[in-house]
Parts: sequence; C-alpha cells; structure tokens
Amino acid sequence: MSEFKIARRETDNIHVLELKGYLDAHTAPKLEEAFQTLLKDERYRIVVNCKDLSYISSAGLGVFMAFIEDVRKNQGDIKLSNLSAKVYNVFDLLGFPLLYDIVPDEAEAVRRFFDATRPSR
Amino acid sequence: MQPQHLTIESRTERLIEVRDFVSTAARQFGFTDEEVSKIALAIDEACTNIIKHAYAHDPTQRIAITIRGNDRAFEVLISDQGRQFNPSSIPSPDMKEYLSHFRRGGLGVYLMRSLMDKVEYSIHPGKNEVRLTKNLSR
Repeated sequence: MSEFKIARRETDNIHVLELKGYLDAHTAPKLEEAFQTLLKDERYRIVVNCKDLSYISSAGLGVFMAFIEDVRKNQGDIKLSNLSAKVYNVFDLLGFPLLYDIVPDEAEAVRRFFDATRPSR
Repeated sequence: MQPQHLTIESRTERLIEVRDFVSTAARQFGFTDEEVSKIALAIDEACTNIIKHAYAHDPTQRIAITIRGNDRAFEVLISDQGRQFNPSSIPSPDMKEYLSHFRRGGLGVYLMRSLMDKVEYSIHPGKNEVRLTKNLSR
C-alpha cells in the first residue's frame, strides 16, 4: 500500500523522518518500525517532518507516545515540524503541545537541538 | 438524505475507504471541510476500536456502517458482532495527567467524544452498536 511513506535523512547527527500520506491504524506499524530502528542504532535526536502528512489518527499519535520516554531518557527528543493545521488540530485536541516540542519548520527543530546542547553561561 | 450503507471486513486496510465514504456523505450533508475531517476521524477511531478490541484483528468478521441524515443531525451507526466493548464506562482522562505518564491507548474514545456531539453505545444480543451524531451548526 502506498498510502503512507517514510523517508529518513540525517543532518549533523540529527535524524529526520519525513512522513507522507495517511497515518492510521493500518500504517502506524511502519512508523513504529522506523522508531525502533532509530532506537536500536542509538539515534535519539529525532525530528519528524510532517509537511506531507495528510492525516493522523490516535494509532499514529500512540506511536509518538510509545517512544518519547525512551528517547528522552537518553538525552534525546522527538521534535515535530511542519504540521498542517488539520494534523496540528488533532495533536492539540489531545494536549500534545504540552509535552512535545512542535515547531513551524524543520530548521527550527534542528536548531533547538543545538541550542539545548550549547553550554549556558 | 437517503440512508447510505457500507459493509467492510474487519481489516485496518479498509479504514481509508470508510473515511472516504463518511467524508463524501458529510460534505453532501453540508458540513465544512474542518467538520468533515473531524467526523471522518471519529468514525475511523470507532472502526479501529472494533477491529482491535471487538474482533481482535479477525479479518473474517464484518463491520456495518449506516449513515442517516435527520433534519440537522448527521448520524453514523456502526455495528459489529464481536466482543462487547462499552467505553461509556470509561471516564475521559485528564489529558495533561495522561500524557505526562506517557500512557498509550484509549485515546480513540477520548477523540470520538471530543469530535462528535454525541456518542452512544448499545449492546443487543449478538450485536454491538455505536451511534455517533454531529449536528449542523448553521
């Protein structure tokens, strides 16, 4: 089925997952697999670019919840960027902005990883 | 609006078709794009619950969906013959508390209640039914 695709990139040790299409109970296992691979390889600095994500249901949201704790325990984070208004509304309805770093674009998400690691004076 | 019916096998592959079916009917009924998206998501969540919980991913089972328009009320009736599942008894979680413990699952029921005006469950001999209603605001 081509209704959901994930492209993976790496820049400056930040791992970007680009999601495309429909993330529902049928396609969520694909995202779960992608996170499992990242964690197995000890990649904990993750940006999920949702520019081409057209739809998300609770099955998709559940995947983010399943991994965030492990990622943060390892000094990493899952940051979300480029959400359409429609997808953002679903995150918002469930209060995700309280817990997840959701930013307008990918560059900002990447910058936040560097800001967080820069020693404060 | 004439009642519309769709019966699917209990498989997550069919969710996309369910969303299309419900979206088309909701749009015809007069809902805005934003409302159509909310209704489609709520119905997806209801069917996902049936596939996962009532039928425990048994693809030989069937889910029947009927859409009825009644004055300003858009009703979607979803029925199955699986294990009884009555989320009415589950209180809505405090989402901040819920998320802070990274809990997973149960979000679908909360979403359905948030997205629709009414969600009612009824259990008949050999049949479970959930009725989701959204009213036209204009």
